[in-house]
Amino acid sequence: MLTANNLSCERGERLLFRNLNLELNEGEALLVRGANGHGKTSLLRILCGLSAPASGEVFWCGESIRAAKETYGKEMAYVAHSNGIKEELTPLENMVLSARLCGRGLDMETAESALAQLGLARCMDLPSRVLSFGQRRRVTLAGLLTAGALLWILDEPLTGLDVSGVAMVEQMIRDHVAAGGMIIATTHHALELGDLKPKTLTVGESA
Amino acid sequence: MKFLATVIQRDILLATRRRGDWLTAQFFFVLVVSMFPLGIGPDPAVLRMIGPGVIWVAALLATLLSMSRLYADDHRDGTLEQMMLSPYSNIVLALGKSIAHWIINGIPLLVIAPLLGIQFGLAGKVLWILMLSLAIGTPILSLLGSIGAALTLGLRGGGVLITLLILPLYVPVLIFGAGAVEGTLAGIGAEANLSLLGAFLVLSLLLAPWVSATALKISLE
Repeated sequence: MLTANNLSCERGERLLFRNLNLELNEGEALLVRGANGHGKTSLLRILCGLSAPASGEVFWCGESIRAAKETYGKEMAYVAHSNGIKEELTPLENMVLSARLCGRGLDMETAESALAQLGLARCMDLPSRVLSFGQRRRVTLAGLLTAGALLWILDEPLTGLDVSGVAMVEQMIRDHVAAGGMIIATTHHALELGDLKPKTLTVGESA
Repeated sequence: MKFLATVIQRDILLATRRRGDWLTAQFFFVLVVSMFPLGIGPDPAVLRMIGPGVIWVAALLATLLSMSRLYADDHRDGTLEQMMLSPYSNIVLALGKSIAHWIINGIPLLVIAPLLGIQFGLAGKVLWILMLSLAIGTPILSLLGSIGAALTLGLRGGGVLITLLILPLYVPVLIFGAGAVEGTLAGIGAEANLSLLGAFLVLSLLLAPWVSATALKISLE
């Protein structure tokens, strides 16, 4: 499904990684490891199509992701460092709006149940700016649940989450992969994934 | 098309939640224009002569004031990245943001402008031409400004840089826009200036969203 050939990435004058290959199929997860500043986020941004690699190319179902923006945009969901929610809007409005921007309809009940699942039932109608950092992170993750995307690209999804939040994300990851989904994630924490054995990839050693 | 409408609705909704920011640019426009009669004195002939130019220059500055935040806010909270990753073209995104900026900031300017024109002794037909020239001209300001906002995204001191980048591009709009009103005052008529302004609008409608989308892509790398 997702393949990347000979990816290299440069930041400024510095080479972060070179000739990186990866392949991910349905029902597989990939954990990207590496120290700070070794190019984990850069790799994820290349894989989701926000940055162009210095060399190499990323393919989705055999088609370059630059050519396949329309299908790839529907089937891929990216959770970045920043939460991607507007502080002026309530969590519900944020979810409905991001769904519409991706060309999907989202009814209130689905959005509400996703927010409730992430423990935000009490603050659905508050402006997001009064939520704590961890709660905003949960809004972003609720968006992931309703996105219906096959491939999740998660950049440090656990940042700011409490113990129960971390357990929730681990459960989400297990469920998604069990349902045939694909996940690429970076994290500094050890994930409790039970039977799921993710592939791992370490960036930045060769540089 | 639906994506375009969603982007526009989104920005209007956000503007209604943040009315303070929205009013700043409008008040700036009113105050800058009102300073001139106070500073120059009440001679009607002089005021009539400088009126169109003053209103147009103030409109340019008020547009620039709100322009630096067109993409910056969305960039800071990560929503811009998410919109860029949507299955739709980034050109439509840039077009939608520009149209929304015009609806939020441009239309109020052209509604207030006739009232300010009265301060300068402009009347009747001249006020209509002033509104018409602003109606054709302010969308150009929003479209061209979005290029500057995209180019300076994520830079420190972007607000000043955007002024330096974009004001030169605004020069033709200023010349034809203020020229149309002055032409009417002088009895030459405004058709030539307004036609050129219209041509400029069509050109920027075709090119500016495309340039903005490319600039956004570069700025986000």
